[in-house]
Amino acid sequence: MSLLENVWVLVALKLIIAVVVIFVAAFLVMFAELKVSAHMQSRIGPYYCGGRWGWAHVIAEVFKWLQKEDVVPAAADRPVFKAAPMVSLLGMMAVLVVLPLSPTLVAGDLDVGIFYALAAGAVSTVAILMAGWSSANKFSLMGGLRAGAQLIAYELPLVLAVVGVVIQAGTMSMVGIVEAQAQPVFHLGSVGIPLPFILQGQIVAFVIFMIAALAEVVRIPFDMPVAESELVMGYLTEYTGIRFTMFLLAEYAGMYVMSAIASVLFLGGYYFPGLDTRLWGPLVLLAKAAVLSFCMIWFRWTWPRLREDQLQSLAWRWLVPLALLNIAVTAVLKVVR
Amino acid sequence: MSAPRILPKEPVRSAVPGLGLFKGMWLTLKTLFSRPATVFYPTEKEIPLPRARGVIALDVEACTVCMLCARECPDWCIYIEGHKEEQPPAQPGGRARSRSVLDRFDIDFSLCMYCGICVEVCPFDALFWSPEYEYSGLALADLLHPMDRLSEWLKTVPEPPALEEQPASAAPEEQP
Repeated sequence: MSLLENVWVLVALKLIIAVVVIFVAAFLVMFAELKVSAHMQSRIGPYYCGGRWGWAHVIAEVFKWLQKEDVVPAAADRPVFKAAPMVSLLGMMAVLVVLPLSPTLVAGDLDVGIFYALAAGAVSTVAILMAGWSSANKFSLMGGLRAGAQLIAYELPLVLAVVGVVIQAGTMSMVGIVEAQAQPVFHLGSVGIPLPFILQGQIVAFVIFMIAALAEVVRIPFDMPVAESELVMGYLTEYTGIRFTMFLLAEYAGMYVMSAIASVLFLGGYYFPGLDTRLWGPLVLLAKAAVLSFCMIWFRWTWPRLREDQLQSLAWRWLVPLALLNIAVTAVLKVVR
Repeated sequence: MSAPRILPKEPVRSAVPGLGLFKGMWLTLKTLFSRPATVFYPTEKEIPLPRARGVIALDVEACTVCMLCARECPDWCIYIEGHKEEQPPAQPGGRARSRSVLDRFDIDFSLCMYCGICVEVCPFDALFWSPEYEYSGLALADLLHPMDRLSEWLKTVPEPPALEEQPASAAPEEQP
């Protein structure tokens, strides 16, 4: 055990685990998207690669992208252009630090966990702005600016929705929030019944959080920045090969990470009644996040894209006031009770 | 001068705003768990509809080398060559007749756009639509299908639909 007490060994271990987790999650969500979208359109989707169900399709596709030429436009701002995909992926990986898979299996249980998670998640905005600006392409710039406007608009309801949960839990630590949901709310006879925050009156916050999270990972119905039919993929236009792959991985990993945060905040995280959190915790959390990821895929293949003005008015005229109201009501109820 | 735009008086809305979103989600969920419509083509084959426009078949016996199809073809993808042959007179002492014989009738399916004008225009019913569709080639030149290939496809041409029975009242009046 002496080796595990060395701080550098620990850091290296955690880093490796984070990288593996984020890649596996991204691969799984990408594959799920291919298959689910295919079946929702009465198609089969990938079928031949890897033998059964075409399970190796995404891996093969990523290796195909890795082999492609890495093109940088002549007029591009080279260092920024090259750094943008890394920043995008880095932001999503940084969130993993505070994600608790069980009471002990967490890279760092910060006191300001959720605050840190939201701040690190917002780094992807910078990456998108970097990509849009440095591509030296008007479509990319337009996409980058749209992304900037959208992410500013939706960062606010995202944070405000979380405030309700923080008030109710009385802590910002991710583990603390889950433990607060594991406490019995009321008693049926001698059995204490714990409820996740979504059933403790935070359903409005949950809906706002999910809408804002969808906008945060720039997916349909909030994919105005990439809008391929009018902006030829926006900030992704000039990217090829491995850098494009990194953006794609960041998008899918971001979907999964956002779903995981939402399940920690609203669905009880690693806690499930009757299951040992130390043993089953990771599986419970990953399953909850998978369900929310499926919903994101489901929305994408059902709904059309919001227009730019609709997108902005939804955030400023509906989500922000609703989230503020939610905070006020939660605070009042917390004091009264 | 442009035609006046006709705008609906009021936008069409459902009774409950936003209900359509959930109807759409229900539809995609139902489709997700239903059988996909995909046919695994090389191993499984779809049976095309009998009157499908798969390929153009040729009845060599019926063709008189009149060239109407080649001239009407918008893509000029039909190549016809023929020659005249002396026929013995039908009755002894009669005049010898000439008959046109088809030497070459190629259709270049790399140019053909399946408009069917040749089939429509043929006055001797020598061209037909066949539902056969598996005649792809690895090179453009492989898509130039010669006469014998076209006449092989004649076997796959379905029977023409029966003529509609004329109702008694609509029978043509006798010409005076």
